[in-house]
Amino acid sequence: MKLYELAHSRTGDKGNISTISVIVYKQENYELVRQKLTQTLVQEQFRPIGATKVERYELPLLGAFNFVLFNTLGGGVTRSLALDAHGKTLSALMLDIDI
Amino acid sequence: MKTIRIAAGAGYAGDRIEPALDIIKRGNVDYMIFECLAERTIAQAQIEKLENCNKGYNPLLEYRMERVIPLLKMHPLKIVTNMGAANPVAAARKIHEIACACGLSYLRIAAVEGDDILNEIQQYYDLPIIETGGLLWALARSIVSANAYIGSEPITQALAAGADIVVTGRVADPSLVAGPLMYEFARSYDNYPFLGKCIVAGHLLECGGQVTGGYFADPGSKDVPELWNLGFPISTFGENGSMVLEKLPGTGGLLNTQTVKEQLLYEIQDPANYITPDVVADFTGIMVEDIGKGEVVVSGADGKPNTDTLKVSIGYLDGWIGEGEISYGGCGAKARAELAGEIIRQRLKMLDYECREFRIDMLGVNSLFCGAMSVGTEPVEVRLRVSARVETERQAQVIGREVEALYTNGPAGGGGARSYVRKVMSVASVLIPREVVQTRIRWIGGVG
Repeated sequence: MKLYELAHSRTGDKGNISTISVIVYKQENYELVRQKLTQTLVQEQFRPIGATKVERYELPLLGAFNFVLFNTLGGGVTRSLALDAHGKTLSALMLDIDI
Repeated sequence: MKTIRIAAGAGYAGDRIEPALDIIKRGNVDYMIFECLAERTIAQAQIEKLENCNKGYNPLLEYRMERVIPLLKMHPLKIVTNMGAANPVAAARKIHEIACACGLSYLRIAAVEGDDILNEIQQYYDLPIIETGGLLWALARSIVSANAYIGSEPITQALAAGADIVVTGRVADPSLVAGPLMYEFARSYDNYPFLGKCIVAGHLLECGGQVTGGYFADPGSKDVPELWNLGFPISTFGENGSMVLEKLPGTGGLLNTQTVKEQLLYEIQDPANYITPDVVADFTGIMVEDIGKGEVVVSGADGKPNTDTLKVSIGYLDGWIGEGEISYGGCGAKARAELAGEIIRQRLKMLDYECREFRIDMLGVNSLFCGAMSVGTEPVEVRLRVSARVETERQAQVIGREVEALYTNGPAGGGGARSYVRKVMSVASVLIPREVVQTRIRWIGGVG
């Protein structure tokens, strides 16, 4: 099952860092996502983009996780050659993860 | 209980104006904030100011204020905005000019200065750059702007002194909302829990429609009605720190716990330590709740003492980027685009083309995720995109020229070639001691 079916997501940027939220539609799926969607799995998914480190923060009251991905923006929004320099579309790559 | 109603009038530099005008007319709000500055915007504005000392503020300032100010006669709300960008005083003068033309010369306009520390930046060359760890020295010759993120205190002071409109430069985005709340509820700046709630209110409003259904829709799983008529958010904030979000009836968009959660976590890193100039806000105890009628309650925000440094955003010239694009379609489109890319590579090698960074993407195949996601089907159209970061404008132009030359020298059926050349303005950040930044208020207008 894709994470897309369990959660929604939004991406933000800070320098060369992507911040990607993952919010479960139903609180009952929070624990499943907490167990499956590890830092390692997320880093693996974002390796082609350049992610060198991933931090995961848990927000159980919101049924949400906040992921901070380092070095995913081609040296930073202002100088990246990427078409999507802000990495705004990366939430879709997160939701494509198999759970 | 005393409550204050604050609305967002803009969530970024180029935002729509109609939702703001709608709220002014029928939203019964006390304040409207216009958040219009991104990291790079202020650096670009600084360059404009160098070329013309009366410019360097948000390019849509006149457009917005010519529509907003006439409404203030009937609906006397107060406005707080960072549309001053690199030149808050010039922005305030322009607003006063518009106010006079509308017969509202009595409006008192406060320009907040002091975030611009370009003249002092050489003192900080031995500080490490947050993004890279290298020393600021490395950029010394290319720096064009240096602006400290200041907090809400000067806004609070300006409002206390009677400002109707407060225009700032590089104030931290959520502080545009914290300023009015701290003034209205007369709390002390060491009341960190309260400040934390004010910052969360600001964080939820600062991106305008992004909390009311903008940037949310995904047909089938997250449907949002009438995004062409998106209503901007209004927050009703109580003296006990309570917070209720709404949007006007009859507007498009969507406000529910999902839209609020997405915006709450937008662009934050550690949710327990959201660092702002005013306070280190803690989001971990926040709860959001639908209370019906399209209203969402946000509770549980907290705050801890602020840090002893301020972040400075430093704009520097960083060479040029040249881009070229061309499309291929139908059977074998991807293979022809790949061939076109290989032709460009070989050509640049033959030309001994020097660049700092080079990249070839195929739009429709791998431009967004670098191949990390693949659907496996052959695309019906592919757009080749070649880009390079180089030292000079002339080098940047080569990329577009080489891509265009694929018409007569490249694979079959290429079409729609376009080229782009732009100067790169990059941003680096350092942390400086808080006490070295001194803000001051300049008053414009308020006569007659």
